[in-house]
Amino acid sequence: MSFLEVVRPGVQSTIQDSGRRGYRHHGLAAGGALDLISYTWANKLLDNPRSAACLEIVLGGFHGIARGSLQIAITGAATCVTINGQPVEQWQTLNLNDGDELAIDHSTHHRLVYLAVAGGLDSPEQFGSRSVVVREKLEGQGPVQAGDRLMPLQPKRQVPERKVPDHQRPDLDAEAVIRLIPGYQYPQFQRADIIRLTTNSYIVGDQTDRMGFRLQGTPLCSPPPGIISEGIALGAVQIPGDGQPIVLLNDCQTIGGYPKPGVVPAMDCGLLAQQLPGAQVRFELSDLATAQNQRRLFELHYQHTRWCRRGRALEWL
Amino acid sequence: MIEAVSEDTILITLAEAIDESLPARIAGLADDIHSAGFTWLVDCVPSYTTLMVVYDPLKIDFRQAVSELRPLFDLEGTHQRAQDLKGRLVELPVYYSTETGPDLQWLASECGLDCEDIIRKHSAVEYRVHALGFAPGFAFMGQVDPTIAAPRKTSPRKSVPAGSVGIANRQTAVYPQASPGGWQLIGRCPTPLFDQNSLSLLRVGDRVRFKAISRKAFLAAGGELTP
Repeated sequence: MSFLEVVRPGVQSTIQDSGRRGYRHHGLAAGGALDLISYTWANKLLDNPRSAACLEIVLGGFHGIARGSLQIAITGAATCVTINGQPVEQWQTLNLNDGDELAIDHSTHHRLVYLAVAGGLDSPEQFGSRSVVVREKLEGQGPVQAGDRLMPLQPKRQVPERKVPDHQRPDLDAEAVIRLIPGYQYPQFQRADIIRLTTNSYIVGDQTDRMGFRLQGTPLCSPPPGIISEGIALGAVQIPGDGQPIVLLNDCQTIGGYPKPGVVPAMDCGLLAQQLPGAQVRFELSDLATAQNQRRLFELHYQHTRWCRRGRALEWL
Repeated sequence: MIEAVSEDTILITLAEAIDESLPARIAGLADDIHSAGFTWLVDCVPSYTTLMVVYDPLKIDFRQAVSELRPLFDLEGTHQRAQDLKGRLVELPVYYSTETGPDLQWLASECGLDCEDIIRKHSAVEYRVHALGFAPGFAFMGQVDPTIAAPRKTSPRKSVPAGSVGIANRQTAVYPQASPGGWQLIGRCPTPLFDQNSLSLLRVGDRVRFKAISRKAFLAAGGELTP
């Protein structure tokens, strides 16, 4: 059986799929790949199922050795990837032969690199998912360690050589504008505070992880007081007493009591999750229908396109 | 009231204020939604006065989801449930001290009381579990005596030790695992609150009583003093 042996896991590398469904009322976080777009493309390149498990590598720095032949794909943050010291490209299929050394260098501009294996990664399922939520400190819910074997779930035939067209990749180098869908507590915020939130730039703070991103900038002057704790949606923007926004991501708590002017849609959460401390982000007001439409179009594109012209372009079915 | 929260989330609000009858009503509505067998349903998260419903936005949109939830919500408001409002009684031991509760002293001076008064008032009341959330097995309990109620910290702590007992406004809870958190900490409980197989020790609707224990009893019960 072929597998990828982990030599150096990097700062933190965890197995992630599309997340847990139906366990949030036990207080269990949803988990799942943060950058939905990069994760989805890694699987599509290899004809993996929609919710197959990948390795999410924070800041790169991953080394592994192939035991047997494997087909993989690497997407997400740009970094230098080599096979036996020879540079190779991301966002395309890569073939590893027995003994090949894969090295993913540290990513210096963005946070998350995704490594998918043809057939999807195998690991124990817990709470209906393979996603690991490190913060919960539950048994079997830890990051990947040196010596671990990354096994394909379904050994399968290799797909032909493929590459994600440039225009389909997320544009991580552009200014990070993340949309804000106003929520039901939006009217409780003062007008001046909403203007502050949507016209000023914020800097990604040091306290950034899979649970949430703290932003620093012009603080909101008079956020409403704490509310009765209630369920928290993915991407919720909460404003604690210090007036500095926190955007909650996949591993966030299921319930909380800070007031929230709105929610960042899932696809924009991925863009935010790619930012390093010190990066500048800006909120832009949007609406529910636009976010739902964009998400559906992305999904339709995933389901109804096929690879053509030697796997370097996509065509609608 | 049924409102949109995000591209895949809806919030159903049953009341504006916390009420002892709400945990049973909200749990009942969650059961009804689960039993309806909606193929688009992802998660149902009850809390004090609300029920958050997460749906699959690729299967249904906001308006359709609301129209399917509306009859269940309307029905909930009209019929009386024969729920067992008594609930199970769980006793949780707590070592209240400045050593395990870094905010105990602050809370006492803020409320104009002695630390002993805080301990007495916190352990005198029978609480009810209104919601589970924030972390696996984290049970939100109410209501705390108004004379010892205090708001959350303006900036949450980066790490709160496992077992910490905290107060936030008129709510109280025990942190099952070490995690970031903004509650005012007054002591620590040695009883584990979450198990991977049986999930949470506490359930919505349970009654809980805190019992003050000594440092020695806390350590004997497996409690840890790590800061």
